[in-house]
Amino acid sequence: MMEPGLYHLLVIGALLFFTGIYGFFTRRNMISMLMSIELMLNSVNINFIAFNKYLWPDTLGGTFFTVFVIAIAAAEAAVALAIIINLYRSHQSINVEVAEEMKY
Amino acid sequence: MNEYLQLMKSELMVILIIFILMFIKLGKGLPNGTLLSLVQLLLLINVAVSFGFNETGRIFNGMFVHNELAGFQKGILSLAVYLISLLCSDWLKDHEHMPEFFMLMLSALLGMFFLVSSDHLLMFYLSLELASIPVAAMANFDLERRKSSEAAMKMVMSSALASGIMLFGISLIYGISGSLDFATIWGSLRNEPLHIMAFVFLFSAFAFKLSVVPFHFWTADVYEGSPVAVTAFLSVASKGAVSFALFNILYKLFPNLSAPWYTLVVVLSILTMLIGNFFALRQDNFLRFLAFSSIAQVGFILVALSGQNSQVISAVTYFVLVYVFSNLAAFGVASVLRSQLGIENISQLKGLYKTSPALAWALALGLFSLAGIPPAAGFFGKLFLLMAGAAKGNYWFITIAALNMIVSLYYYLRIVKLVFSAPDGEQVQEVKILKPVGLGLVICSAGIVLAGIVSWIYDHINSMV
Repeated sequence: MMEPGLYHLLVIGALLFFTGIYGFFTRRNMISMLMSIELMLNSVNINFIAFNKYLWPDTLGGTFFTVFVIAIAAAEAAVALAIIINLYRSHQSINVEVAEEMKY
Repeated sequence: MNEYLQLMKSELMVILIIFILMFIKLGKGLPNGTLLSLVQLLLLINVAVSFGFNETGRIFNGMFVHNELAGFQKGILSLAVYLISLLCSDWLKDHEHMPEFFMLMLSALLGMFFLVSSDHLLMFYLSLELASIPVAAMANFDLERRKSSEAAMKMVMSSALASGIMLFGISLIYGISGSLDFATIWGSLRNEPLHIMAFVFLFSAFAFKLSVVPFHFWTADVYEGSPVAVTAFLSVASKGAVSFALFNILYKLFPNLSAPWYTLVVVLSILTMLIGNFFALRQDNFLRFLAFSSIAQVGFILVALSGQNSQVISAVTYFVLVYVFSNLAAFGVASVLRSQLGIENISQLKGLYKTSPALAWALALGLFSLAGIPPAAGFFGKLFLLMAGAAKGNYWFITIAALNMIVSLYYYLRIVKLVFSAPDGEQVQEVKILKPVGLGLVICSAGIVLAGIVSWIYDHINSMV
C-alpha cells in the first residue's frame, strides 16, 4: 500500500484547478461557473496545505492562508449570487448567453 | 499604539467615514442633499489626512509598510474618490441608496490603501479582494438597468477567475520559498521554470485588474454598463492602485526574474497600446471609447514599468496623478450629460460648445491632456513614462510607444472637433451644472494645467523615492 505523498496531492491540486478553469469556460449556467471558481480556490487550498505539511512543516503560513481563502471565497460567492439574482430579475434566466447586449 | 495611529491614519480615517455613514443609515437618516455634502466634506478631510505628515515604518510584523511615497499615492487615490463624489452629484443626489454606494466605494478604497502598503502576500491578496469585490456590487447600482446587471455579472465573474489564478501562483511561491513575506521570498526566486510559472500566474491577475491585452475583454462592457461614477472609480482609482502594487510586485518580489518579465511586459505593453488605440478609433459610445482609451493608457504605464531604474515609480505616480485629473474631467462631463440628457454617444456631442461652453472646455482640456498635447499635464506624464522606459536602452520599443501616441491624437481630437463644430439640425440641450460638479470640473482643469507647469510636483515625488 503506497503512502500518499506531496506529489499526489499536488497532482490532485493541479487537476482540480484546471478542471475548474475548464468548467468556467465551458459551462453556460452562472451557478455552475461559480462552482468552477470554488473548485479552483479549493485546489489552491490543497496546494497550500500540502506544501505546508511536507515542505515547510515548521511554518504556519499555508494553513493561515487557507483559512483566509475560504472566508474570501464565501464573500465572493455572496456578492456573485446577489448579482445573479438581480440579473435573473431583469433577464429571466441565469444563462450567460442571455447577457449579451454589449459587444465589441 | 501611537505608531499604529500614525502609520494607519488614512486607513483609520476611511473606516471612520464608513462607520459614520453606517450609523446615519441605521438611525433616522438625513436628506440626500445634506448627506452628500457631508460625505464630500469628510472625503476632503480624508484627502488632507492622506497627504499630510507621512512617517516611515512597518507594523503588523512587517505586513504593512508605510512611507512618504505610499502616503502620497494614497493621497492621489483619496483625491480621485473626492473628485468622483463631486462630479457625480447629479446621479448621486437622487439615488435612494447613496450611503451604501459610498460605503462600498470607501471599502474598495480601503482595500487599495492596504494594497499600496502591503509587504506580505496574505495582506496583498486580502487587500486586492477588498478592492475588487465591492466594485462588482457597485457596478450593479443602477438596479433597473439591464446593462448594469450584465456589467456587474461580467465584472464579478472575471475578477473571481483572476483571483483564482493569482492564488494558484501565490501557492506555488509559498511552495518554493516557504514564506509569504516579500523580504524573504525574493531571495529564493530564481530564473527557473516553476518560478517563472508562479510569476506568470501572479502577473495575469494584475493584467486582469489593469485590463492589459489579452485580459481586457471585460473592460469595455463593464465601463459601458456600470453607472458613470463606478466607471470613473474603476478607471482611475483601481487602475492607479493596481499599477502602484504592480511596481511593488515586479521590483520587490521578482527582481531576480527581471530578464523574463522584461520581455513579457514589453510584448504586453505593445499589444495593449495597439489594441486599445485601434478599438478606440471605432467606438461611438462615449464610455466605451473611454474604456479603450484607458486600456491604451495602461500600455503606456507598462512602458515605464519595464524601465528597471529608480525613475520608474516616480514617473508612474506622477502619471497617475495627472491621469486622475484628466480622466475625471472627461468622466465628469460624461456623467452630467448622461444623467441630465441621457446622452451616451459621441455623435450626439456635436455642437456642445454652443449650449454649454464650460462643459465643452473642461472636456477639451481633459482630452488634450489624455492625448498628451504640451501645455496640458498629460504631455509631461507621458514624457516621464517614456523616459523611464527609455533608460533601459530599448529604443525601438519607445519608438512604437511614441507612434501610438500619434494614433491616439486622432481619436481624442476627433471628439474635440465635434464638440466645437457648429451643430447641424438638432442642438444639444442646455444642462444645469450643479455647484459641486462645477467645483469638481474646476479642480480637474486647474490640476491639468498646474501639474504640468509646476515642476515642483514631480521633484517632490522624485525626492520621496
